[in-house]
Amino acid sequence: MNMIRWMFFCVLFLVTSIANAALEIEISGGGAQQIPIAILPFGGAANAKENISEIVAADLHRSGLFRVLETRGMANLPISPSQIKYAEWTALQAQAVTVGNVESVAGGRFKVSFHLMDALKQTQLAGMDYQIAPSQMRATAHKIADIIFQKLTGQAGIFASRIAYITKTGKRYALQVADADGYNPQTVVSSNEPIISPSWSPDGTKLAYVSFEKKKPIVFVQSLTSGSRAILANYKGNNSAPAWSPDGSKLAIVLTYGANSQIYTVDSSGGGLKQITKSSAIDTEPAFSPDGNWIYFSSDRGGKPQIYKVPADGGNPSRVTFEGGYNVSPRFSPDGKNLAYIRNDGGKFRVALHDLASGQVQLLSEGSQDESPSFAPNGRVILYATKVRGRGALAAVSSDGKVRQRLNESSGGDVREPAWGPLTN
Amino acid sequence: MNYLPNFSGKLIAVAITSIFLVACKSTPMSNKPATVEDKSTTAASQSSDSNAGADASGVKEVVVDSNANNAGNNPLKDPNNILSKRNIYFDFDSDAVKAEYRPIVEAHAKYLLAHADAKMVVQGNTDERGTREYNLSLGQRRSVAVKKALNLLGVQDKQIETVSYGEEKAAVNCADEACFAQNRRVDIVYEGD
Repeated sequence: MNMIRWMFFCVLFLVTSIANAALEIEISGGGAQQIPIAILPFGGAANAKENISEIVAADLHRSGLFRVLETRGMANLPISPSQIKYAEWTALQAQAVTVGNVESVAGGRFKVSFHLMDALKQTQLAGMDYQIAPSQMRATAHKIADIIFQKLTGQAGIFASRIAYITKTGKRYALQVADADGYNPQTVVSSNEPIISPSWSPDGTKLAYVSFEKKKPIVFVQSLTSGSRAILANYKGNNSAPAWSPDGSKLAIVLTYGANSQIYTVDSSGGGLKQITKSSAIDTEPAFSPDGNWIYFSSDRGGKPQIYKVPADGGNPSRVTFEGGYNVSPRFSPDGKNLAYIRNDGGKFRVALHDLASGQVQLLSEGSQDESPSFAPNGRVILYATKVRGRGALAAVSSDGKVRQRLNESSGGDVREPAWGPLTN
Repeated sequence: MNYLPNFSGKLIAVAITSIFLVACKSTPMSNKPATVEDKSTTAASQSSDSNAGADASGVKEVVVDSNANNAGNNPLKDPNNILSKRNIYFDFDSDAVKAEYRPIVEAHAKYLLAHADAKMVVQGNTDERGTREYNLSLGQRRSVAVKKALNLLGVQDKQIETVSYGEEKAAVNCADEACFAQNRRVDIVYEGD
């Protein structure tokens, strides 16, 4: 039995301290605009095992875009819109108020209702009812947080999305998926040999990954729901670095046969192998552009590793990065406007964000062995692997560099190779 | 450089999920989904999931284990035989096979030439600096260098497979050059080892 806990640390660049907030997180810095919101405790169901309003508050707070107001000590804690005395909340500067209720219904299920109200206009911004099994409580809370985030920021919420990552505990490797807040970790595959490079299918139902279980790197594709898995590539030499095309029809992979790494594409069923790069250098770490037209990759064809791009069906590569002596692991923002990659900055490996239109590059992470950047599906956050006192951990930074989080594996193992999954509905 | 002067995050909350790893003695490739997954936070709760409302999508687990073969009575495993020497070390940023490893390469070439059915896997390794996939490619370069040395001694490609472990078998958190040097390595493995 394996118990896993994640710890979240938030460091923001603002200096508002939320005394006694539901989550008791201190914030330091100054200047960002945060939306003040009152998330009132949900009424009903004492037998519900999860506290929906606390999960919603934690999600919104962690995003760095919300100031979650203290509700304890308030005389009136309504659970439906008609009970809200708006003046009490606008006095606290709340721009929005949420109320909700959980009640037991037939079959051991729960009915969750929720309303997001504009505190100034006193109008409803969103209202939802869910009929759920007890096990769906957290997921429902994340969906509610997504609705609030979307209504109040105009951007897609990512709280109901999932992340994949590799843990190493003792000599055991495991590919796991968890909710975006680190809860509910589940093992997808475990092995005594290394597992690296997990990659989500665009529909979020499958993971491609590299397993060394046969004493060499082989690419597998595994269904998350059925557990069935298939070898995608097991050619002579190395098989690695799977990356899905945006439509899910094929993957870019890296094969070596008896020579250096080169990029190929293969149908998601395993057929239709096609060589994309032909060089005597290292070509690896392919990533499709969101429009599917290009494959970006790392190559040392110019002497030092830099990022290049090649048409997705083959052709002449051209160089993308020119600054710095080591730029690898390109990953696209979902809108295709930015590229995240790892730069060796004077011996420190850090996440860089490259605006493709302006060519401007910003170093976002502050570790020395940062790896594996991965954009959240709304493009606002980049998840990456870091080292904390020699131990592998995950970290996240907002794409504007203002909000930072760190996620540790509580059992003392290593966690690495994160990949943020897509929004699935 | 002066990162996080007042790093003051607190432990927010903790979720515990039980994952029961089911031991599996089958061959490495058996696609045996080890199914036991309790997604709830307590053992007492029901596992019924339906598609109403918000989905908590389940995940089926697969366990794979490699077989460790026992050492037989053969020259490749005899500690007094040079064929039991399987490590070739490299200089920094180099894939040149150094002269001191020549006898090892020659002995293995001779063995492969005498045993046409023997198959060798040459595994390249790197230290932990840099990204995993890029290091996989760098390790491959060293394995290719050893293969070429074997080719020059007459060994055919069909008896050699070059693969890389990248940094996956590297000693981590190296503090000095002696440690890094141990990671700049090619391991020779025979099929059936």
